Amino acid sequence: MLSWSNFVSQLFNGLALGALLALISSGLTIIYGTLGVLNLAHGAMFMLGGYAGYVAYQATGSFIVAVIAGTLFLAIVGIVMERVVIRHFYHRPHEDQLLVTFGLAIVFVEAVRFFFGSQTQSVPPPSLFTGITSLGFMVYPTYRLAVVGIVAVALVVLFIVLYRTRLGMIVRAGIEDSVMVDSLGINVDRVFMIVFGIGAMAAGFAGIVNAPVVALTPDVGEAILVQTFVVVVIGGVGSFPGAVIGGIVAGEIISLTSMIDPGYAYVMLFAAMTLVLMVRPQGLLGLRGRE
Amino acid sequence: MRARGILTVEVLTAIGLIIAPFVLPHLGFAPNTVNRILVWGLFGLGFDILFGYTGLLSFGQSAFYGTGGMVAAWLLTRAGFPNVVAALFIGMIASAAVGYVVGLVALRRTGIYFAMITVAIAEVFYFVEFNPLSAWTGGENGLPGVPTPTFNFGFMKIHFTTGWGLYPFLALCYFVGIVVALRIVRSPVGVVLRAIRENPLRAAAVGHNIHAYKLTAFVIAAAFAGFAGGLLGMMQGFMPPEAFTFDTSGQLVMQTAIGGRGTLFGPLLGATVWLYLQDILQSAFQLGAAWKLVLGLVFVLLVVFLRHGIIGGFKDLAYRLAHKREAEEPQAYMPSLADDGTGDAAPAPATHRVAHASASPAYTGPILQAMGLTKHYGGVIANADIDFSVNQGELRGIIGPNGAGKTTFFKMLTCEVPPTSGRIVFEGRDIAGMSVTDVCQLGLTKSYQVNQLFNRLTVEENITIAALAAIRGKFRLDMLKSLRKIPGLKEHVDRKLALVNLTARRRTPVAQLAYGEKRRLEVGLALASSPALLLLDEPLAGMSPAERVETVKLLKSIAQGRTMIVIDHDMDALFELAERITVLQEGRVLVEGTPDEIKSNAKVQEAYLGGVHGVIDEHEAVPS
Repeated sequence: MLSWSNFVSQLFNGLALGALLALISSGLTIIYGTLGVLNLAHGAMFMLGGYAGYVAYQATGSFIVAVIAGTLFLAIVGIVMERVVIRHFYHRPHEDQLLVTFGLAIVFVEAVRFFFGSQTQSVPPPSLFTGITSLGFMVYPTYRLAVVGIVAVALVVLFIVLYRTRLGMIVRAGIEDSVMVDSLGINVDRVFMIVFGIGAMAAGFAGIVNAPVVALTPDVGEAILVQTFVVVVIGGVGSFPGAVIGGIVAGEIISLTSMIDPGYAYVMLFAAMTLVLMVRPQGLLGLRGRE
Repeated sequence: MRARGILTVEVLTAIGLIIAPFVLPHLGFAPNTVNRILVWGLFGLGFDILFGYTGLLSFGQSAFYGTGGMVAAWLLTRAGFPNVVAALFIGMIASAAVGYVVGLVALRRTGIYFAMITVAIAEVFYFVEFNPLSAWTGGENGLPGVPTPTFNFGFMKIHFTTGWGLYPFLALCYFVGIVVALRIVRSPVGVVLRAIRENPLRAAAVGHNIHAYKLTAFVIAAAFAGFAGGLLGMMQGFMPPEAFTFDTSGQLVMQTAIGGRGTLFGPLLGATVWLYLQDILQSAFQLGAAWKLVLGLVFVLLVVFLRHGIIGGFKDLAYRLAHKREAEEPQAYMPSLADDGTGDAAPAPATHRVAHASASPAYTGPILQAMGLTKHYGGVIANADIDFSVNQGELRGIIGPNGAGKTTFFKMLTCEVPPTSGRIVFEGRDIAGMSVTDVCQLGLTKSYQVNQLFNRLTVEENITIAALAAIRGKFRLDMLKSLRKIPGLKEHVDRKLALVNLTARRRTPVAQLAYGEKRRLEVGLALASSPALLLLDEPLAGMSPAERVETVKLLKSIAQGRTMIVIDHDMDALFELAERITVLQEGRVLVEGTPDEIKSNAKVQEAYLGGVHGVIDEHEAVPS
């Protein structure tokens, strides 16, 4: 059972999951780093992206439209959520922020359950990527390979936005010292809204891109949320490269452990997190003293 | 008289539990709903101590609820263990032990990290229950056949069944739980937990080992959760694996927030609202599965508009209606020490370190020496090669322009920040590298340049927090002991309150104090630690001229029989107070001498006046 091709295919699975986790986690970590809010509704947003894409796919039959719809819908959800709720919580304690985003997560999940029921929905992969691809020594589902590529492109786009644009510079400066950015005369209020929108978009994009791989249910976000927490703890809060590395590490741990015994996947993931906390409490790429 | 006032909480709870079965059915409560409310309420007691009192929001309590429940259920169904109550306690102990280990990991971080780590850990428990341990836990089937308790007194046999037949047993468990929880929050440990919630840095700086106390709160919460988990299995006749889910933790968090955190009764009230609405929405309104959507919306609105839950909302309302100060007070269950003190005012001079204040005779050298003390922040040199020595009983002043490194110097002396190099010797002992808590316990502490108070607590509670560290040491598990039973505490607190002239304000919450009063309390906190050496970082900062005069007087009286080092920009005041003055400039000692020597020193004048030679302005120089 522990064959070479099995191992490599799990390695790919881990990479696919890891890339996905990296994308979702970077949204979570940028939002936290800039706004100081840990968004417990982030998993529910991932789920919403999947469902929004599902609806668009049902209406048009086009996967591309589904991806665009899922991403844009979440951008809108994120911006509305920030304007209506989140921004009233910037000056309230972390606990209140956790409580309100947790409540919103429940509202999102239960609203989807109300309209779509608890049964699984599926979105087929686009026709271009159906079937399997032969890699010479093994065969692998084409769409899963495509996911790695698609998410990698998304991460590169996010990287360019964060490291090569004026907005990205402001965001990164805000993560370092938001008071200073504010006093430099930059409209932090608007930046916060945009950042929350971008984070939500990343989650929504990941949600619809992942939809053909897994069965879509209202609870699909919860497991992902827990995994992104581990990613962020491992990578270091507020660090984009940390989220990418943490995501891939977590993805590989889950997938390689699952090959041996799926029951221990979380145990190993948790063991890795504990190890990081013991050796480097601020996370692999986190800065000391940022809490 | 106030002691009786506190016991009324217990009496009222008992009365409420006794009449509940006669009243609640008329309001549409099914017996099983009431029983579930009690189990959630008991589960929440521990959680509220962790979240409401200590300020640690865990999203992973399901791990302990499930562990306690599974251990008890396993003993009763698979291991043939006969005694239900003993099984419940074993489950509780197992859960507490697990809580200790988990706490060691989770408490390495605070704030949102803590929340994330607890979520992750709870998820591990869920998966472990389902897979690796399914032979013991029944996996997704759980453990059926958990019995209810029977008590055989010989002459009579009481068997608790289900529904109202089980209620008396659960009510008794809840009552015992609330009595224990109330004792904990009224004990010295409870006071320290609230101090950690309000200001963990200061709680550590006045000499409490906050990590150990946080771990204590975590274990308490796990123990309550474990016991409640056992009751859950017993109540349902079946231990459900769902106890381990994230939903369980989430529901507990929401119920506690709905009812009101930091009240102990919040979780019970929240569970009542939650379960009652669930019943009503599902049956009366035919909402089916949508009940959770409605409750989710209600919860979000509540968090947005009613910050402290239903109980907190009523308190605010009562406060607004009454316009009295009383409504603010019940935040804490701490009995005021002021009232009667008739009980046992055992004057036995406190154990620990209080004796310190009257200068220990054993060691006669300089009380504090710093040698070659240096601090770099990256390339910035905050302090360079400082040699510094203070004798017993001396009052030393430190002055220097902004950015001279005065505060950094103090932070190193109290071990808040480690020096880059150099030694600090306090009473003949090298303290460099020790923790701020340990240094405070040795008798060296400081007041802060920016107030570091416990804002939602009263003046008296603030002083008590520091006094407890002085009397009890950095960690002690006297969590069932009343504050009044601590020998010497009342006298100690009274003395310090009088010393900083805040006796009349003892019941006032810090948030309502005037700035000058807060400043005095800041000094009072440091004083209440009974330090052998007291450092004051700009005690006069931001004060009005009138407040300055009063505070200088205060400092003079404090200085009697104490060793102090004072940083301030007010040279008039320092020249008047201090016997010797050290001038820092650009991280180095510029000169050191008597006030008169400093006044006429050319280097000092240059440092302050930028090279203009001459006499310091008359106003600055002449002591008033």
